[in-house]
Amino acid sequence: MPNRVNKIIMENSDVIIKNWLELVSEKRKNDYTSTISEELFQSTNREFVNVIFNSLDEQGLTKDLEDFSERLVNLGWPLSYLTDGLHTFRRVVIDFVLAQSEKIDTDFFSIILDKVDSWVDPIINKLVNEYSGSWEHTVSLQRVALQELSAPLIPVMRNITIMPLIGTIDTERAKLIMENLLEGVIKHNSEVVLIDITGVPVVDTMVAHHIIQAAEAVRLIGSTCILVGIRPEIAQTIVNLGIDLGKFPTKSSLRKGFETALAITGRSIVKEKDHSKEVQEIIGSLEKE
Amino acid sequence: MGFNPCVNIRKEWDIVGARQLGREHAKELGFGTVDQARIATAISELARNIYLYAGTGKVCFEIINQLDKKGLKIIAVDKGPGIRDISQVMQDGYSTSGGLGAGLPGVKRLMDHFEIRSDSGEGTEIEAIKWVR
Repeated sequence: MPNRVNKIIMENSDVIIKNWLELVSEKRKNDYTSTISEELFQSTNREFVNVIFNSLDEQGLTKDLEDFSERLVNLGWPLSYLTDGLHTFRRVVIDFVLAQSEKIDTDFFSIILDKVDSWVDPIINKLVNEYSGSWEHTVSLQRVALQELSAPLIPVMRNITIMPLIGTIDTERAKLIMENLLEGVIKHNSEVVLIDITGVPVVDTMVAHHIIQAAEAVRLIGSTCILVGIRPEIAQTIVNLGIDLGKFPTKSSLRKGFETALAITGRSIVKEKDHSKEVQEIIGSLEKE
Repeated sequence: MGFNPCVNIRKEWDIVGARQLGREHAKELGFGTVDQARIATAISELARNIYLYAGTGKVCFEIINQLDKKGLKIIAVDKGPGIRDISQVMQDGYSTSGGLGAGLPGVKRLMDHFEIRSDSGEGTEIEAIKWVR
């Protein structure tokens, strides 16, 4: 019996393909693939349906299917194009086979459903896996990239190090900040560490708590921590929350913090001799001649 | 009202989602940058409490439009263990999780109106309003 279904499908593949192409093109009108050119859409459809038929021929998943799905993933076609297409295909095949058979009883009906399901379902599974696998891969790459960016430590000058923080601080990141900070202080032999929170959107009690802990830990290993980049609105919310940041120096900007850091390490910014006056005199004397 | 009024809190990053939505509403209502930061911080505290103590819950927003004033109401609801002694948690420096203990009293100071209902074992509901000045 299943072979008879197979035979009907294979012998009439042209009609099935035609029906399917029509249905899919019709469905297309108001949906996601509207930015894709008609030509590309049609050729992809034809390729898609060939891939589906090949997998019936060879009784299982083929390399074609893998290549095809990989290409669509790379092109960024929506997954719903494939799932919708396969659901439509399932319906087209069942309708067609039923229309071809003169006597239809429940046994025959369930055989058709079985046959078509065992044909289409593995393809759907395969495609969904391929897509979600590629998403998971992207997400994990981004997580790694984010982690690398999350707590950078820059040794700007002998004994002075800066940690600029940008974006939201969660518990995982707070832990990383603490680790990098302490490790960096030892490694670069820093006397002063500046933590810049200009890019941190919200300082709530959790973030403040972690900063206080980090500063305290830095103090324990013999360095000074200066918190810089406190915006006026952040200063007000910190006061409202009643958080005490009095245990370590704080400054409004990185520049002021850096000057303080220089003072702590016994240095200062000195302007070199002013050359502009001399240049003016030379130009003046030239003009006289 | 034409916006999705609630954010579910299930994982730590949902706190950020709630905060961003709240800040957006605050901006639309015409709050200044300082008040926006206050509102965002208050949401952050409330959402974090849900995440830390109840596990799951939600933070909802309501825009209040009265004749003489406009404001943003934040409602944080959870079905967690509840708070046994409310007066205790409203004291500065009290914390069961090793934090600073400034969260709830801080939210009260950040906002204009603050109300808390909680029963041990029944969950907690907190309402906080900030008026546009």
